[in-house]
Amino acid sequence: MTLPLIIYRSLRQHALSTVVTAGSIALACGLLMSVWTVKTQSQAAFASTGSAFDAVLGARGSKLQLVLNAIFHLEASPGNLAYSDYLFIKRHPAVKTAIPIAVGDNLRGYRLVGTLPELFTDVELAPGKKITVQPGGRFFSADPAAKEAVAGSFAAEKLGLKPGDTFHPFHGLTFDEKNQHAETYTVAGVLAPTNTPMDRVIWIPLRGLQTMSGHDPRAATDVSAVLVQLRAPTAGFMLDLMYNKQGNRLTFAYPVGTIIAELFSKISWFDRVLELVAYLVALVAAGSVLASIYNSMSARQRDLAILRALGARRRTIFGAVVSEAAVIGVLGALAGYVIYFVLLGVVAGIIRTQTGVVLEVWRWQPVLGLCPLGMVALCALGGVVPAFKAYRTPVAQTLSPVS
Amino acid sequence: MLTVADLKKSFRSPEGEGVEIVNVAAFALAAGEQVALRGESGSGKTTFLHLIAGILAADAGRVAIDGAEMTALSESRRDRLRADKLGYIFQTFNLLQGHTVLENVVLGMSFGPRGADRAHAQTVLGRMGLGHRLHHFPRQLSTGQQQRVAVARALANHPRLVLADEPTGNLDRRHAREALTLIREVCRENNAALLLVSHDEEVLAQFEQRRDFAELNQAMKETAS
Repeated sequence: MTLPLIIYRSLRQHALSTVVTAGSIALACGLLMSVWTVKTQSQAAFASTGSAFDAVLGARGSKLQLVLNAIFHLEASPGNLAYSDYLFIKRHPAVKTAIPIAVGDNLRGYRLVGTLPELFTDVELAPGKKITVQPGGRFFSADPAAKEAVAGSFAAEKLGLKPGDTFHPFHGLTFDEKNQHAETYTVAGVLAPTNTPMDRVIWIPLRGLQTMSGHDPRAATDVSAVLVQLRAPTAGFMLDLMYNKQGNRLTFAYPVGTIIAELFSKISWFDRVLELVAYLVALVAAGSVLASIYNSMSARQRDLAILRALGARRRTIFGAVVSEAAVIGVLGALAGYVIYFVLLGVVAGIIRTQTGVVLEVWRWQPVLGLCPLGMVALCALGGVVPAFKAYRTPVAQTLSPVS
Repeated sequence: MLTVADLKKSFRSPEGEGVEIVNVAAFALAAGEQVALRGESGSGKTTFLHLIAGILAADAGRVAIDGAEMTALSESRRDRLRADKLGYIFQTFNLLQGHTVLENVVLGMSFGPRGADRAHAQTVLGRMGLGHRLHHFPRQLSTGQQQRVAVARALANHPRLVLADEPTGNLDRRHAREALTLIREVCRENNAALLLVSHDEEVLAQFEQRRDFAELNQAMKETAS
């Protein structure tokens, strides 16, 4: 009970500096954990999003743009490809599934993507994970004349769509109310959340999007991209050679995972800057533990001398000061969890809105244990210098003048 | 209980010269014995008590408490011996200002053999008339009450030897008398030896055994001559 009592009272006596120091530790800890979690979870989430398809075939251009457009429903389409190109790859013996998509319209900012019903019936997002609709709805009819749509869960939530609702699409990928199409679509169903960019999209039949009023009739059979599943990975290299090296008209983005990894490597400098900032904050926090306890040593020297005179050994005093620093670290780490959850909640919300990718805020990560432990150890280390000062307190000299 | 032999301590003056403060050839105290040392300010009596308590390391000589030779022990063992056998009442009380009255006494006990015995600490404080002030901080107490806390802290562990350095120096006459009576009473009950230093004649007059520290301390004699 002795040590906890000494530590508790000391922290109470220096409450302001304790709170300020613990606050800076909390900030460092929360920031470090958030940066790490956002980085790892978003990379994993983006990679798993692309894992449903091995490759994307599109117009000649950037592979990254093609993947972002076709799988993440971001960026503009690099161009169209003829329906015959779709048919060619669909019939290729190395290809297991080929799903065409067409883009070019939106509903109040949320993309309309034209596709075939096979996307919902034949494709698994992950092994055993099929795409389903929420109760009370169904996938759209294969007949484009029915003018039916299936809304992604996030888009439906934001637009307030439910089965039976009708809407007029707007032309273009960005919302402009002057560009409304005449067609009226009916919502047949809302997809169950997939936690992928599919949730941010309103799906309509491919033919419906191709023939939307106002679209160029010459391109009425074109598609924006083809999502491809291969029978074997080796086939990907063969098709890569065929489209990208030998041909000059189309782009075969393969493998999707590598292209996403390239995206992350392009923005990795941002992670590194954030990490660096967090490490600096952590160092400053540990330094402030050292400074705050060291500065309080002069005021506490008499108390320490009294404890020594009462029989406390030097190592007890040393331990008390190091433990006090560690306790400040523990308090900071606990507050760091609060900052982490708030920060991650905000960032996860932004990422979901912008990309449809969902980060799991409450999921346990090793960093959630390692980072606070590291901070506590760093704080304890910061307490060593003042602890030495306390250790060397001259008892007789401090307690009273020689009489 | 206490044996002091050829105990010497010097300090270095600001000019760099060695100044001998304590030089006591022999001094002894039996269990239960109560002795008052008369000494003026600056006579080295606090240093003498610090040397006995092992707070200061002696340059030469020996101090033995209850058979254990303090001067031959490592610092850590001196700390242990002090916690186990000694009660020290400081002139300026030396209470821990950030701790309550009860915590001051409990902390004082926690390094000794009894450990942090809150119930016993409460009993001792109750006996000092501080039962209603257990959770007050020293700054919330009168000087007399603070002194009683210091006494309670020194005596709570049933020490074999009590060192009291001008224990009534900051008290008015009435409180000084009360405090002194209490210290002597508890020491008698516990058969603890008491060595009290003071320059207050009224305090000294209460002791049957009185010694002049100036006579005891050869260093002072040499300085005077």
